[in-house]
Amino acid sequence: MTGRLRLGAQAVAVAVVAALLGLLIWKVAQGESAVTTELERGGTPAAPLFTLERLDGKGDLALELLRGKTVVLNFWASWCGPCRDEMPLLQQGSERWEGRNVVFVGIDIDDLRSDARSFLERFGVTYANVYDGKSSTVGRYGVTGVPETYFIDAAGKILYRIAGPVEDAADLDKGIRSAVQGSP
Amino acid sequence: MGLLALAFAAPAVGSELKPTPAELESELVCPVCETTLDTSNAPVARRMKATIRARIAAGDTKSEIKAQFVDQFGTAVLAVPPRKGFDLVAWVLPLAGLGLGVVAVGALAWRWSRARGDAPPVGDDGEPLDPALERRLDAELERFEG
Repeated sequence: MTGRLRLGAQAVAVAVVAALLGLLIWKVAQGESAVTTELERGGTPAAPLFTLERLDGKGDLALELLRGKTVVLNFWASWCGPCRDEMPLLQQGSERWEGRNVVFVGIDIDDLRSDARSFLERFGVTYANVYDGKSSTVGRYGVTGVPETYFIDAAGKILYRIAGPVEDAADLDKGIRSAVQGSP
Repeated sequence: MGLLALAFAAPAVGSELKPTPAELESELVCPVCETTLDTSNAPVARRMKATIRARIAAGDTKSEIKAQFVDQFGTAVLAVPPRKGFDLVAWVLPLAGLGLGVVAVGALAWRWSRARGDAPPVGDDGEPLDPALERRLDAELERFEG
């Protein structure tokens, strides 16, 4: 009886340790986004879909509805200095590429909604921006910080990524051309 | 008894209606650095602290201020998870673990004490004493005490 009890206790202990180990592995795997891994391998991962509230109060924006267009997806926050620096470049880029089947979308993360709205107003940003205060897109895209910009082709594949601020118009156009041509 | 309950309830009601920035900063988490606001100096934490002060000045209650942050950042912004839905697991699991531990230790202690009480006398080498030797030992002790 004692032997069986001891065996049972050992089995439970092993099961608990295995469960904790599994949890740790899962947590580590979660941290490493599939998008990041595939981009680093030179692949073109599918852009994770999202539906988020627009900051201009015009309801929600679903990425899926932009299928068939090239999308420039920029992650930013109002408190981020480099985001402030690149915002005029992005606004100018959206105007330059207007009417050429290229759509700019901003995703505001880790931010207060009111601060985000003031920021967009201050910089005169006219393209669509959504609010992701709960950071639901951050892990799935493998965003390492703000700003970060993803270039998505018409088929919904990520072709190019700029981690950090967009340096200049040429930098931005290079990413857009990659996505338009459908090759990284 | 009623007075005692009132004495404890009064500060809680006061805190709900007139919260201080310090208590809210210790109950809300910075979404970037994931520490409470009172220990964070991240830009978004500074903005959240300013918002707390502005909302207190505007007369919002503690629950209202917290609800505004939960609406924007989700329940992850609360330092203490709410006692409902999936977040209840954070409360139940440690208590269940503690209860199981107490039961397991109690059961083991009971088994050990029983095993010790039932065990036959043992010699220095750990082997049970020979019954004849045990009888002789008892007789010798009786003679010695008599």
